[in-house]
Amino acid sequence: MNLTWMAWTLPTAVFFITILMLLCGMAIWEYVSPGGNPRVGVLQFETTRGDRLFLSLLGSAFIHLAWLGLVGPNLWWALALSVVYAIGVFRYV
Amino acid sequence: MERTWNNKAWFMVLPVLLLVAFSAIIPLMTVVNYSVQDTFGNNVFFWAGAEWFEEILHSDRFWEAMGRNLVFSAIILTIEIPLGIFIALNMPKKGWGVPVCLVLMALPLLIPWNVVGTIWQVFGRVDIGLLGYTLRALGFNYNYVNDPFDAWITVIVMDVWHWTSLVVLLCYAGLVSIPDAYYQAAKIDGASRWAIFRYIQLPKMNRVLLIAVLLRFMDSFMIYTEPFVVTGGGPGNTTTFLSIDLVKLAIGEFNLGEAAAMSIVYFLIIMLLSWVFYTVMTAYDAER
Repeated sequence: MNLTWMAWTLPTAVFFITILMLLCGMAIWEYVSPGGNPRVGVLQFETTRGDRLFLSLLGSAFIHLAWLGLVGPNLWWALALSVVYAIGVFRYV
Repeated sequence: MERTWNNKAWFMVLPVLLLVAFSAIIPLMTVVNYSVQDTFGNNVFFWAGAEWFEEILHSDRFWEAMGRNLVFSAIILTIEIPLGIFIALNMPKKGWGVPVCLVLMALPLLIPWNVVGTIWQVFGRVDIGLLGYTLRALGFNYNYVNDPFDAWITVIVMDVWHWTSLVVLLCYAGLVSIPDAYYQAAKIDGASRWAIFRYIQLPKMNRVLLIAVLLRFMDSFMIYTEPFVVTGGGPGNTTTFLSIDLVKLAIGEFNLGEAAAMSIVYFLIIMLLSWVFYTVMTAYDAER
């Protein structure tokens, strides 16, 4: 199968494989502990594990964009900040 | 009643997942790949990293188009949602008027977007268009081709004409599903017209209103065809919304990397705003 039209690069492939692994991880987590673990956190409304992953990914995208726009092109710090943010979301939201 | 959990049921969504993969996920992956590269065609790409994103985030052109889009969506929601509710409340609930009203309401929704644009482009012309000519005859200095305010008014009125029906039909569906017992109870309690609307009709329309707000927000934020046909983004850039700017960048200037980066930023903003709308409205619903 010729996939050159999709213009793959190693970093984007790593990015999508990471997302896929996260989704697989969530599926296994759901299999082991069904129900999505709904709870009311700091946002004052009910969220499930899926909601928390969505918030983590969306928030991380905006953290990276904000870093690019306000600080500069070195995104490793933005990545570190996103990991801290995601841990915070899974712990408190 | 106890819930039954059967995770094998997830296999039932596989067909739709495949469909979404081919129609949305694979194209989106390609856009992400394009956004970090530069190309001059012939499937030859050069690594650009986050350069295109930086360029977009520091581009006045992008933020101006974004501002126009947000203002447009805010105006559209402010007009179409209350107007849709008002019309739905005043539509007949039984008798021959029901099918007549439903067909009349559905008509604008059946017209293709580019045809709507063409209708309003001709309708608004000051030489041959009924609207433009009449406004001129009444003494208004109306000309959507060279006046930004007139161009905005034309695009907004066109969208209201085209899409308010969707809000009406959704609200009407919510209204007719309210059992008569609610109205009888309200009558016994001597409830006013406003109290019936506030405490019976509005809560019962909540779900459909959520869908209406989400659909109208997303559609108005992604609007392309109608303003492109009527004003072409002009006069100047005054009606150049994000999607029109995106097409100019991708097809007009063949700047695929920058256009891909812009698409991703645009997509993320739509996703964030839709999530906020959805969460606020469902949280409000749960509170009740």
